[in-house]
Amino acid sequence: MTTEHEPLVLGIETSCDETGVGIVRGQTLLADTVASSVDEHARFGGVVPEVASRAHLEAMVPTIERACAQAGVRLQEVDAVAVTAGPGLAGALLVGVAAAKALAVGLGRPIYGVNHLAAHVAVDVVEHGPLPEPTMGLLVSGGHSNLLLVPDVTCDIRSLGATIDDAAGEAFDKVARLLGLPFPGGPHIDRAAREGNQVAIDFPRGLTSGRDMDRHRFDYSFSGLKTAVARWVKAREDSGEPVPVADVAASFQEAVVDVLTRKAVLACREHGVDDLLIGGGVAANSRLRAMAQERCDAAGVRLRVPRPGLCTDNGAMVAALGAEMVQKGREASRLDLPADSSQPVWQVSA
Amino acid sequence: MLLAIDTSTTAIGAAVHDGSEVLAVVVHEDARRHGELLAPAVAAVLGQAGVAREDLDEIVCGVGPGPFTGLRVGVVTALVLAHSLGLPAPAGICSLDALAHEVAHDPSHQRPERLLVATDARRKEVYWAVYELGPAGAHRVDGPAVARAADLPPDVRSLPVVGRGSELYPDALTNPIPGGPRDVDPGMLARLAVDLRAGGHPDFGTALLDPEPLYLRRPDAVAAPGTAMATTRPAAAP
Ligand SMILES: [Zn+2]
Repeated sequence: MTTEHEPLVLGIETSCDETGVGIVRGQTLLADTVASSVDEHARFGGVVPEVASRAHLEAMVPTIERACAQAGVRLQEVDAVAVTAGPGLAGALLVGVAAAKALAVGLGRPIYGVNHLAAHVAVDVVEHGPLPEPTMGLLVSGGHSNLLLVPDVTCDIRSLGATIDDAAGEAFDKVARLLGLPFPGGPHIDRAAREGNQVAIDFPRGLTSGRDMDRHRFDYSFSGLKTAVARWVKAREDSGEPVPVADVAASFQEAVVDVLTRKAVLACREHGVDDLLIGGGVAANSRLRAMAQERCDAAGVRLRVPRPGLCTDNGAMVAALGAEMVQKGREASRLDLPADSSQPVWQVSA
Repeated sequence: MLLAIDTSTTAIGAAVHDGSEVLAVVVHEDARRHGELLAPAVAAVLGQAGVAREDLDEIVCGVGPGPFTGLRVGVVTALVLAHSLGLPAPAGICSLDALAHEVAHDPSHQRPERLLVATDARRKEVYWAVYELGPAGAHRVDGPAVARAADLPPDVRSLPVVGRGSELYPDALTNPIPGGPRDVDPGMLARLAVDLRAGGHPDFGTALLDPEPLYLRRPDAVAAPGTAMATTRPAAAP
C-alpha cells in the first residue's frame, strides 16, 4: 500500500561494524542494504573501532547507490534523511552522521538524528504494521540488553532495566570462545545447543533472587554466568574429561534466555502492556524466540519479532523511525547535530 | 564552480571558487567538533558566495594526512555531497600541499627555496612533507610521511617550516616562518585545485588523488595497547 504522498525516507546506520542504508516510504520497506566489515574483525575476536570507521567511509557511497537501485528511486526523490546519532562507536557514528548531513545539504532536505535503540524498536512497523502504544521492547545484542517501555517510539521511551555488566550477545561471544566456537558466537552457540541438553548443567540466573528482584527488578547481569561457565569448563578440562560442548552451549543458552524472557513478560504484566517486541541481533536466537512465544502465550501477551535481517543493525530501522517522525510531525534536527556515543535511550532524537 | 573542503587540521571549513577567484571561505577552528561544524560551514559558504548547490560543478577535498576521525568527516562529506548533486567523485589533494601552495603564493612571505610542512599527527608525531618552491608553485620532493619531529634528518628539521608542528616541537623544528600558515585554508586548497586543473603547476598530473584519506598508519597501530580492540562488540551499540 505505497502511496506517493507518504514520505520517502533514507536512513543511515554506522554505530558499529555494519554500514547500513535503508529506504522506507511511509511504513513500507523499499530497500535495506548492508555492507559489513565483520570479516575484517573476526581475526581479532571483536570489533576494532578504527577498522570499522575506515570500512564505513569506503562503503558509504556504494551502499547508498545500492539502496536507491534496490528501492527503484532516485536519490533526489528522498524527502528526508535519518541517521543514527548514537549510541555507538564514536568514530563510526561520525562517518554516518557526516554522510547524512552531506545528503541533507546536497538534496536540500531535513535531517533526523535518531537513537539507535529506538530504531531497533521502530523497524517492526515495516514488518508487522503500526506499533501498539505502549509496546514493551526487549533489545538484546552484542552491545546491550535493555528492557524499554515505549509509549511513543518517536518521542517517549523509558528504560525499565538494562544489563549491569555484560550484554547478552557479549556473553554468547565469550562462551563461544571458551568452547572453541568462532566469532560472532551467537549463531554457533545456537547451532551447537540444538544437539545438547539444556538442563544438563544448572547455570546461575543473574539478578533473579528475592533481594535482586527488589533492587534490580528489570536489570540483567551475564558476567556471573559467563564466569560460571568458564569455571565449569576448566574443572572438566582439569579432570581430563572431554567438555560436552553441546550440553554446555544448551545449558548456557537456556540460562540467558530464561532470564531475558522471564523479566520481559513480568514487565509486560506489571506495566499492563499487551505487546512485547524483541529486537537486536540475539533476537535471531531460536531458543529465545521459542521460549518468548511460550511465555507470552501463557501470559496473554502478543509477541512481535522482526525477521532476523531487520533485528541486526541495519539502515532500514533508521529509515523506519525517521519516517514515523516525519509522519508524526516531529521536529527535524539541526545541521550541527552531534554524534553522541553514549546517547541515553530516552533521548529519541538529537 | 568549485567547492573545496578540508578537515585535516584544526581549521574545519569550506571555500567556493568560481574558476578565477575565491568567492567565499568559512572556517571554524575546533579540533574536536568536525562532525558538528563542517556541514553548517558548507551551507554557509554557499550562501555567502551566493551560489546555489546545483551550480557546483566540482568538489575537491583535502585527504590529509591528518588525525583520522576529523579527516574522515571531510572526505565522506565531499564524497556524499558530490554523489547527491550528481557530480563526479571529488578529487583528493594532499592537505600539506595547500600549506606549501600558500607559502609559494603569499607575496608577504619571502619565499624560501625549500620548505618543510609539519602538522600535528598526535601521538607525539608530525605529518610532514618537503617542497621545492619556484615561481610556478610548490613541488613536493619528499613525503607525505609521519614521524617524530626529532627523528627527521637534521637537514629537514632545519628547513623553514609552516604548520603547527613547529609550535608543538620547537626544539626539533627550529626555523618557523614568522606569520606562516598554521592550518589548511580551504580557500588555498581551492586555488591549488584550480591551478592544478589549469596546468603549469609543477605537480600537475600527480597532485590530484583519489578521494581517500592518506592514513599513513595501519589501523592496528592506532589505538593504545589494551584498548586496540573491544574484546567483543562495544558496550554502547546493541
Ligand atoms: Zn543495534
